[in-house]
Amino acid sequence: MRTLEQTTQEVLALAATHFQLPVGSLAPGDDFFKKLGIDSLQTLEMLSRLENHFGIELPDYEVQGVSDFKTLAERIQSRL
Amino acid sequence: MLDLSKYQSIGEALKDAVDQFANEVCLIEADREREKERLTYREFKARAHPLAKALQDAGFAAGDRASIIMTNQSKWLLSAYSVFFAGGTLVPLDYKLTPDEQWQLLKHSGASVLITEHPIWRQLSLSAGRAAAAKLQTVLVTEAPPNADLAGARRCEDFRGEGEPAFVPRQRKDTACIVYSSGTGGRPKGCMMTHENYLEQCVALTSIYPFWPGVRYLSILPTNHAIDFMVGFFGPFTCGAAVVHLRTLRPEYVREAFPKYKITYVSLVPLVLKNLQKGLQARFDALPPGKRKVFNALVAINKALTKGRPRPGLSRRLLKQVHEAFGGELRTIIVGGAFTEPQTLQFFYDLGIPVANGYGLTEAGTAITVNDLKPFRADTVGKPLPGMELRILNPAPDGIGEVSVRSKTVMSGYLNEPELTAETIVDGWLMTGDLGRLDETGHLQLAGRKKNMIVTEEGKNIYPEDIEAAFESLPVKEFCVFAANYIWPKRSMVGEQLVLVLHLEQWQQLTDQLRQDINARNNRLLNYKRMHGIVLLDEDFPRTASLKIKRNALAERLAKLDNATAILPL
Repeated sequence: MRTLEQTTQEVLALAATHFQLPVGSLAPGDDFFKKLGIDSLQTLEMLSRLENHFGIELPDYEVQGVSDFKTLAERIQSRL
Repeated sequence: MLDLSKYQSIGEALKDAVDQFANEVCLIEADREREKERLTYREFKARAHPLAKALQDAGFAAGDRASIIMTNQSKWLLSAYSVFFAGGTLVPLDYKLTPDEQWQLLKHSGASVLITEHPIWRQLSLSAGRAAAAKLQTVLVTEAPPNADLAGARRCEDFRGEGEPAFVPRQRKDTACIVYSSGTGGRPKGCMMTHENYLEQCVALTSIYPFWPGVRYLSILPTNHAIDFMVGFFGPFTCGAAVVHLRTLRPEYVREAFPKYKITYVSLVPLVLKNLQKGLQARFDALPPGKRKVFNALVAINKALTKGRPRPGLSRRLLKQVHEAFGGELRTIIVGGAFTEPQTLQFFYDLGIPVANGYGLTEAGTAITVNDLKPFRADTVGKPLPGMELRILNPAPDGIGEVSVRSKTVMSGYLNEPELTAETIVDGWLMTGDLGRLDETGHLQLAGRKKNMIVTEEGKNIYPEDIEAAFESLPVKEFCVFAANYIWPKRSMVGEQLVLVLHLEQWQQLTDQLRQDINARNNRLLNYKRMHGIVLLDEDFPRTASLKIKRNALAERLAKLDNATAILPL
């Protein structure tokens, strides 16, 4: 079982890879809309990738209003 | 289609529709690749009537208000049908609002019943705003896990009455829905939409974009939104068509739904349409040079042959692969909620996929104009719908002035706001606050806004007053939020932004610490409500005797600043 810290790091690494950024350039408290300059649709695409990686289903309502990696990692962790 | 001129209310029309089209498929609900539910109109009625009966047994009567806060799904429409059957007034609320905002609107609407999903209720029940909605007596929650704490709510699945409910008739002028066009801040704008508004709008819209049994509409825009309520519920139901709901709106599942369910119509906001365009363009660009040349030639032929009108059969043969990706049955993409750029409309039209763009606002009962594609025009928002009178007030020499409309589809007013209603509906004419001109062929061209607001590409109406609470107690002398275009008007409907106007104390400077404070507050706002920049003004804001900011006068003072340098990026 992953720890929240591990989950958070994996989320950051995957998001960086997905948006072709250097690994390590993202931090848990970053606002991904602002940091990545993405819109809500691109966020949904990123979520699909995270779901595949963690082998979970993350309903749309779970990520409603979430805009930072830390909270996103917490939502994922609760479903692992 | 039902002859809607014979009906007095939404409930009466829907009641007949479920009998007349009993054997037709009415709803399909899918979650990712799994189809969860498929109902005929007969099955829909069998599911909805016990809920209507239980509402009546609980004392829900004519004119009582029931709110729905749900993502798009079958239960949204089943609940709405039950409310209308029981003579109720529906209060559809946006599931994307925060719990505090939802409570505020529940209180304002006076709803006595709330039907919602368990995850949404979980958030709502924890919010302090709950105490304010004193009139709310019954909360029905769907899909709650077996051991869930319902926090005073009841399971919707168990809320079933025995026997047949009694249909409760309503009159055309009665309020059918209270729809919030904005205002989660100080002044909620609850548009009171009558049964007549919906009946008339439905007749007008289906005269241009008809539905019939076998048509499948993919419902993506939230159903509380005026467009999806009309073209994803009332319109298809009165014609015996089917509505497809997806519980997950990830792009890959939306893409799969088109061929899987042979979608006929879909409504999208400009942001999604542009995303679709980007995806398609990338695929076209990736074609090997030879194939790309052939493809471009086929697009050019299609463009030439559809100049006067759409020719769906021909386009489907010419550009088979593109159309097959959309299921081969897609007739039109309806786009609304915000302004769509002409090049996006043209892109799809050239592929033989007409985009029905238009212009409307909740207050006018969904749509005011739509492009009837006779011929297609990318540079306008179409002509007024049948029954819609449109005029341009105080036109400038170039013909541009405020758009105003008069029609049976215009709301009766804002709930509990007689003054605001009187400012908005003058002598029967709805003042839209939007600027535009009518060209010689009767098409409307939009040219900016007169009102202090922005509309995002996701179709969200954002009013600056609603956001100011986020900056309350900011350590500055005074502040105010504005739509930049309101201060420095430009004749454009795209790229609208919000700015935070600050008047600092005499001793104060815009330090990094103050910036950090502003950024932190800004980041707590939903992404589409955020400030784009700061404007500094070194003078007192003009105020009324009761110390309210005179926004118009302040905007006039700000307009004297050079907007190229005045907006400091955040």
